[in-house]
Amino acid sequence: MMKSLPITIDSVRKTYGSYVALDDVSLDIQAGEFLTLLGPSGSGKTTLLMALAGFVRPDSGKLLLDDRDITRLAPNKRDIGIVFQNYALFPHMNVLANVEYPLVLRKTPRAQARQRALDTLARVKLEGLAERNIAALSGGQRQRVALARAIVFEPRVMLMDEPLSALDKNLRETMQYEIRRLHDDLGITTIYVTHDQREALIMSDRVAVMNSGRIQQIDTPQRIYDRPSTRFVAEFMGEANIVAPGAVRRIDGTDASSGALMIRAESFHLDAKLVGRDGVALEGTLRAKAFRGENWLLTLAIDGGQEILVCIPAALASGCAELATGQRVTAYAPAAKVHAIPGSRA
Amino acid sequence: MTVIADPALAADARRERRFFLSLSLPALFIVGLAAILPILWIIRQSFLTTGGEYTVGNYEKVLSSGLTWSALVTTLELSLGTLAICILLGTPLALALASARPKVANLLMAFVMLPLWTSILVRTYGWLVLLRRDGLINAALTGSGLTAEPLPLAYNFTGTLIGMVHYMLPLFLLPVYAAMRDIDANLIRASASMGATLGQAIRMVILPLSAGGIFSGSMMVFIYTIGFFITPAVLGGGKVNPLSIRIERTLSTFQDWGSASVLGILLLVLMALIGMMFLAARRLMARNNVDATDA
Repeated sequence: MMKSLPITIDSVRKTYGSYVALDDVSLDIQAGEFLTLLGPSGSGKTTLLMALAGFVRPDSGKLLLDDRDITRLAPNKRDIGIVFQNYALFPHMNVLANVEYPLVLRKTPRAQARQRALDTLARVKLEGLAERNIAALSGGQRQRVALARAIVFEPRVMLMDEPLSALDKNLRETMQYEIRRLHDDLGITTIYVTHDQREALIMSDRVAVMNSGRIQQIDTPQRIYDRPSTRFVAEFMGEANIVAPGAVRRIDGTDASSGALMIRAESFHLDAKLVGRDGVALEGTLRAKAFRGENWLLTLAIDGGQEILVCIPAALASGCAELATGQRVTAYAPAAKVHAIPGSRA
Repeated sequence: MTVIADPALAADARRERRFFLSLSLPALFIVGLAAILPILWIIRQSFLTTGGEYTVGNYEKVLSSGLTWSALVTTLELSLGTLAICILLGTPLALALASARPKVANLLMAFVMLPLWTSILVRTYGWLVLLRRDGLINAALTGSGLTAEPLPLAYNFTGTLIGMVHYMLPLFLLPVYAAMRDIDANLIRASASMGATLGQAIRMVILPLSAGGIFSGSMMVFIYTIGFFITPAVLGGGKVNPLSIRIERTLSTFQDWGSASVLGILLLVLMALIGMMFLAARRLMARNNVDATDA
């Protein structure tokens, strides 16, 4: 296992004219951690990654690799492996030459470079394709070559910029597990950029949700999903209903929460018995219903007109098919699944 | 899977193909009239005496003359010299243009293209004003005391070469610039992230990926310069005599259509040989390399 290093990002700022791409971002990444920067396009996640790689020069702030200041270090001296969104494989070299490239740059003896490249290709399950031209590879194979090329020189840190966005859904899921497994084998500090919240939840030790050049929340996937600290995080991570405390009725009549309440669509049940005494109830008029295979999605209009999404697993939704729009429906959610977003109002 | 074709649809497809092919007819007609016929006429002339009888004497005379071979050497020297300087000056320039911000690149490109819109005669005489013994460059050199004597820059090989490079550089630059601009910037970034210095990235990534452009540019320079006439005529001062000048002199001084035709054919053969060499080399290169445009 190679020695990996922690990263410190200290109030890094980057502006393009009047546009603030990074708004004093600070972030600590532990050695060997898999951290995902998650956010919509334009949130600054790729800019932050490129600043770490050395391709974007921050206006101010510091980047530390372990305790070494790399803010002004040239990209080719940073010893960081990068997997680019479009793979950036050299089209004039075959698979082996692509993977050998970083070793050739380091003047590794020919035979040794070849052996290490072949070993790394085997590690990403590309045995036998060493002599192939890049043009003759499928998208998934190119992805694996890019991975092999990024790890073959044993960098201390790996950066990945939406590496799976060009692959189809099934392949993407396979690669998510493989990249995570590769990370666990190598123990390499990894910063992964994606706009896909499921991908972030599946792969990461911690997720940093970004919006408008700022980190909104950094936490474990479960806490990001269940305990979002802002309304933006709540809505970006999944089907979230954000309602005022007065809109829900406590089944057992305990204390009222302050601030806005978030209830995920899938936290609801139509059967009060499944929730128990410690829960909330919410009544509304059924506006629309949709069968989505594994579940039903109901849209309820509560008093005041706000629409609430209610997602009922198909296995528990025996009555859903018979519901008619216009009908009054009551949805129940356990209190543990009702999250008060700190300092916000619905 | 076999498809049973409807004969009517197949006929439609054929008619369409024939229509689009027929669009090339006017051009083919002009090329036939303006290029093929004169060449055939020159070939016929090369086998005729001034009296109009059949002979191979013109070939014997031209090919045994030392003047012919020295003209051939001068032609190749000028072409190869121009090509070498174009590669040395044009490749870094193309790289600079390709990596400049779009606004700057467009401005620089306009400067590069400006000479192309000026008549070659005007430009050549312009160089004469600069390069003469009493021209601007020599006046500046002697005036500032950098050189005691004016340098021999015009009416010789050096002057001719300068004029030819000036003419050819934009034409060399265009394909090289296009090739370099098409290189994905992430390839350079990837290269740097793996530890490559700028020099290594240029040598191992940028140059191999722009080889096709450098190749096209080189072929253009070579084919153009083989037949250059005005520049050596004006800037060579009678001392630089490539094949083109020999042909003109054979005609204007000796009215020897037979020998001039042989020289013309020699030039044509030279061009064809070099063109074929370039194409063969390109095919060889393509076999060893995946073309950059495929990816």
